[in-house]
Amino acid sequence: MALFDIRQRSGYLFLVVVVGHIILISAQVNSRSGVPLLQALVFGAFAEVQRGTAAVVGGARGTWDGYVALHHVHEDNLALQQRVRDLEVKLQRDRALAGESETLRRLLDLRDRSQMPTRSAEIIGTSATADFRAVTIDRGTSDGVRADMAVVSSAGAVGRVVMPSRHAAKVQLLVDRSAAVAVMVERSRAQGIAFGSGESVLRLEYVSTSADIVKGDTLVTSGIDGIYPQGFAVGTIEEIERSGGSLRAIRVRPSVDFSSLEQVLVVLAPPAFVGPRSPTGGAERRE
Amino acid sequence: MNGLRILAFIVVALVLQTTLARFLVRGSIGVDLVLVIVIYLSLRAGPTVGIVSGTVAGLAQDALTTGVVGIGGLGKTIVGYLAGTVGRAFIVAQPVPRFLVFFAATLIEMAVITGFHLLLDSGPPVVPVGAIIAQAFGNSLVGIVLFQLADGLPRIAERRRARSDRNS
Repeated sequence: MALFDIRQRSGYLFLVVVVGHIILISAQVNSRSGVPLLQALVFGAFAEVQRGTAAVVGGARGTWDGYVALHHVHEDNLALQQRVRDLEVKLQRDRALAGESETLRRLLDLRDRSQMPTRSAEIIGTSATADFRAVTIDRGTSDGVRADMAVVSSAGAVGRVVMPSRHAAKVQLLVDRSAAVAVMVERSRAQGIAFGSGESVLRLEYVSTSADIVKGDTLVTSGIDGIYPQGFAVGTIEEIERSGGSLRAIRVRPSVDFSSLEQVLVVLAPPAFVGPRSPTGGAERRE
Repeated sequence: MNGLRILAFIVVALVLQTTLARFLVRGSIGVDLVLVIVIYLSLRAGPTVGIVSGTVAGLAQDALTTGVVGIGGLGKTIVGYLAGTVGRAFIVAQPVPRFLVFFAATLIEMAVITGFHLLLDSGPPVVPVGAIIAQAFGNSLVGIVLFQLADGLPRIAERRRARSDRNS
């Protein structure tokens, strides 16, 4: 039969013999990559087919996606823009929360260290005029807040309660023009009184002419005014003006950045019971 | 052409190649008698005989070397198939066409073998182009001589037989 006559089918015979040779060679040696040669040849050839097919399919898909199927792109773009805006707002909110939580952590740390009865409060408003440097906190008489109670933060003394209501209180800041706080130089224990100037600095007055005081000294509350507990930072001496042998003016940079205050502590102990703080930062009750 | 005659041709070629070829060209093997026989059989009897003779001769030649068995077989199989196909498709009865077929077939076989060695990164170093050309020339010349002998010997024998018949 001509169908099975191998002489009429030399092409098939050639193919079979070639494959047989490749199998024979493959059984003896490995290719450079270490796999049998037959696998390397078949995979190499098939991989090229796959690569070509993938390139054709990828090109067609890219053409379709990039040029034809663009009818939803505008809607997607708008939705993504809205999402970006939402995420930006959320990011700002998260940043604010992170800052707030850091402030609260510091206040909590301060309360633990001071061992004084305190009440945390959030600043909910500022004064209506620039002349009167005060803030409003969200704690009032219902929370035990009374007039002349000291208000502090982790950075130092903030001010005193001047007008408590039932659920809020007005706090006069140290930088207010009519505010004053008894202070002493932490290094030399020289005493004086720091007055607010209505601006961002304090004036130190009533300092002895022989007092040991130099630029850069840290001032802390002395406690003798009966309002502020002893030992809270008030500020740093920024400038000293002398006239002859006497002190003329001393400018103090406050420790607290009043422009960024968010959370404070109200010292609930009556001023008479506020005692000096321990060397570790805590306060001792004067029984 | 039956199988026994094919086998006889191949065995003779192998014997000659392994014993006498080294004397033909000093320093290198300038003629591959086995390849010449494969091409000759292919041109005479077609691609099927070319495939079979190429496979058998190539594998036998590979088996007598220390290289990978199959590479020479594959090269000679391809050459046998192509030469047989050319012999079927064209009239290859003159020295020049025969020379061209032998020459091209030698180049193809060397290309297949060299390609496999490069692919495997093993075996003997790649043969220089000059040596390949020299072997192609040598194979072609030996092939033409073989054809002339094969074509002329029957006529000589016939003439002798006729002369002896007249004398008797």
